[in-house]
Amino acid sequence: MNDLAEALQAQVREACAKSEPLALRGSGSKSFLGRRVQGRVLELSGHRGIVNYEPRELVLTARAGTPLAEIEQVLEAQGQMLPFEPPHFGPGATLGGTIACALSGPRRPYAGAVRDVVLGCRIINGRGEILRFGGEVMKNVAGYDVSRLMAGAFGTLGILLEVSLKVLPKPETELTLVQECDATEALEKMNRLAGTPVPLSASSHDGIQLHLRLSGTNGAVEGARKRIGGEILADGAGYWEKLREHRHAFFTGKAPLWRLSVPSTTPFQANLPGKQLIEWGGAQRWLISEAPGETIRRAAAEAGGHATRFRGEAPEGEAFHPLPGPLMALHRNLKRAFDPAGILNPGRLYGEF
Amino acid sequence: MADRPATGKAALVAELERALPPGTVIHEEEALRPYECDGLPAYRQLPLLAVLPADVEQVQQVVQICRRHGVPVVARGAATGLSGGALPLADGVLLGLSRLNRILEIDPLARTARVQPGVRNLAISEAAAPYGLYYAPDPSSQIACTIGGNVAENSGGVHCLKYGLTVNNLLELKVITAEGELLTIGSAALDSPGYDLLSLITGSEGMLGIVVEALVRLLPRPARAQVVLAAFDDVEKAADAVGAIIAAGIIPAGLEMMDGPAIAAAEDFVHAGYPRDAAAILLCEIDGTNEEVSEHVMRVNALLHEMGATEVRTARDEQERLRFWQGRKAAFPAVGRISPDYYCMDGTVPRRRLGEVLKGIARLSQEYGLPVANVFHAGDGNLHPLILFDSNVPGELQRAEDFGAEILELSVRVGGTITGEHGVGHEKIHQMCVQFSAAELEQFRAVKSAFDPQALLNPGKAIPQPRRCAEYRTIGERRAQRKA
Ligand SMILES: Cc1cc2nc3c(=O)[nH]c(=O)nc-3n(C[C@H](O)[C@H](O)[C@H](O)COP(=O)(O)OP(=O)(O)OC[C@H]3O[C@@H](n4cnc5c(N)ncnc54)[C@H](O)[C@@H]3O)c2cc1C
Repeated sequence: MNDLAEALQAQVREACAKSEPLALRGSGSKSFLGRRVQGRVLELSGHRGIVNYEPRELVLTARAGTPLAEIEQVLEAQGQMLPFEPPHFGPGATLGGTIACALSGPRRPYAGAVRDVVLGCRIINGRGEILRFGGEVMKNVAGYDVSRLMAGAFGTLGILLEVSLKVLPKPETELTLVQECDATEALEKMNRLAGTPVPLSASSHDGIQLHLRLSGTNGAVEGARKRIGGEILADGAGYWEKLREHRHAFFTGKAPLWRLSVPSTTPFQANLPGKQLIEWGGAQRWLISEAPGETIRRAAAEAGGHATRFRGEAPEGEAFHPLPGPLMALHRNLKRAFDPAGILNPGRLYGEF
Repeated sequence: MADRPATGKAALVAELERALPPGTVIHEEEALRPYECDGLPAYRQLPLLAVLPADVEQVQQVVQICRRHGVPVVARGAATGLSGGALPLADGVLLGLSRLNRILEIDPLARTARVQPGVRNLAISEAAAPYGLYYAPDPSSQIACTIGGNVAENSGGVHCLKYGLTVNNLLELKVITAEGELLTIGSAALDSPGYDLLSLITGSEGMLGIVVEALVRLLPRPARAQVVLAAFDDVEKAADAVGAIIAAGIIPAGLEMMDGPAIAAAEDFVHAGYPRDAAAILLCEIDGTNEEVSEHVMRVNALLHEMGATEVRTARDEQERLRFWQGRKAAFPAVGRISPDYYCMDGTVPRRRLGEVLKGIARLSQEYGLPVANVFHAGDGNLHPLILFDSNVPGELQRAEDFGAEILELSVRVGGTITGEHGVGHEKIHQMCVQFSAAELEQFRAVKSAFDPQALLNPGKAIPQPRRCAEYRTIGERRAQRKA
């Protein structure tokens, strides 16, 4: 029995009737992220299995409890992949948790984010209704795009039952180039290269070295290698996986880990205390720092972005960047539209809902 | 819908005219005529009045004044929409955004363009061209349609198979809410805190907010683009070839299909050099680095022959490539020349069902006695059957609408959707009842209320009221009677 949709629905209905908060749980691999939820734990990992996979259609539909590793294996066997290269952050990571937390990996700026590949979903809303939005086709503008809204909602708008994703063929070949330069030069190079037709698929700067990954046909990658220059990294795949899973040496230390999401051309913020690692062509910056949250958030906001306390307790309790008043009001309204009793992961995103 | 009492209209006009510069408010019947329909002229309605603001503050004022008067607002870009999305309301204000037409900034290093909503789609790529950049979503209407309309419809184009729809190429929107507040949704960073409202607003057909500014992503012009034209003696063979190319691990920049009637119409109109005797042609564009294009073009050529193409031609030069595309992009107007009227449908189906659905459409075409020309985004499974009819012949418009409704229902039956890129608007509101359950429609209405509790923004479009669905069941019965 891998289809628990009805059993889960019954539990949500009951919780709704009693106004009892539910803490949604896939495998718990991402429980470090966001605020803690007070509520009865609702286990979702039993609702699993790939429902439909048509390599020719470039579409995969799976129940939300399906392990990410299983999905990646099945895709791999057909020479395909999830374009957004999701981090797992644990062996049990489920598809549902990955979508709900909207976590994307190194390929994100070049191949799109979670939300870019979500084609459809089935959810249980806070009233215990099973609803289907989007579908398995590439283009669909019938009704509001509720499926994409689920990406990054952290389960606060609905319990994901099934998700349909656009998948892509794996590139024929990949290769990672390394060169030494400072952060300012690295940012300049990442942005300039992204504006020219090279098959770039990942980029990072760790303070000393710039890493660039190329993906595509043999000819295309070889041609770009000659133009860009640098040393070929022996275990390129291993490097990006470690970086993606935060097993890279940078991610050690006791201080809190912050994620700064900023415009890619934002100059290197040398004045922020702590150490930084740049990814995503400049658009994602990891910061390990004891600086007060307020300082970090202000720096991100002044650059036109935002900051998330990714790992490590923070005294003020908020993980995500505060929203301006009118936007917060809209969030509360939307929450009410999907979950009037406020039972789905209350407080996981923000204390207000 | 009944007209509002004249005193109500007069008071509204007076207040708007006080707040806005001269020449902004249009209220005389003759002057309102040009606003009575969009790209789907079968539906027409004069608005109460039209307002043409020239900047964001003016848009905000219009929305605030209308809100105080409880008068609904329908936004309008270039009115090329094909689903009656910008169809005015008799008791509503038509808000034309064409005067907000400035490109505010191109940032070549960050690869972004900041534009006002009335900027035409193609104008963005033109402005970005000196930097080797372009805006990827390219609806066939791109010389005319506006970015505001593109956002509202989540428009696609021939290049969205590889580069995505509008939603995949947007970073930030400035939006005036139903409350008249100016909100920034998204940012110049790749993501923003909280819910993904950017996704929700894109494709919301002007019902969740008025877009007054957009920051879009620009892409580098590929080093090289090459188009391969393949002819087939059978439509289904062409449809199968589409799947074969994608199964081979190649994502073409565009993969379009035209059937016999569409080929003939396009040839007569722009002389694109298509083979007139083919039952179907595929246009397959490969772009990327020089090396990649050479490798993929060779493989696509071989595949197309394997799939039974009677002729495969690679454009000899850039001029020929552009001519091949010109035929495709001019296909709608070309069909417009051979028939007094045409009705364009927009269902999307899983690619593997394309052949079967095309056969189904051919069968319906015979049943209804109305010819069809097919020209569509085959790579996405997004069909555009053009139903040819003559509205001056009594009953033909009704027959065309019935025929169209059956095509949409067929699309839903094979696991697809009633609209891939043109939106639901006024036109397909009934078919929403086929695609969605009552609870799903109720959830849509709850989303609408979260943004617009008084239903002031484009009310009555896209999301049907329960009463409408009951009506549609009766209509379905009547349709069956008409056919019998
Ligand atoms: C010949 C032809 C070819 C076409 N080809 C394609 C194609 O290839 N792909 C495709 O996707 N579409 C295509 N279309 C459809 C149409 O061009 C698109 O839907 C386009 O995005 C509409 O833009 P517009 O500026 O004309 O919007 P309008 O028609 O004026 O409005 C469309 C909708 O958007 C709303 N709206 C407009 N501006 C705003 C704003 N600023 N804020 C909020 N809401 C707003 C309106 O209320 C309405 O609901 C084609 C149309 C024609 C006539």
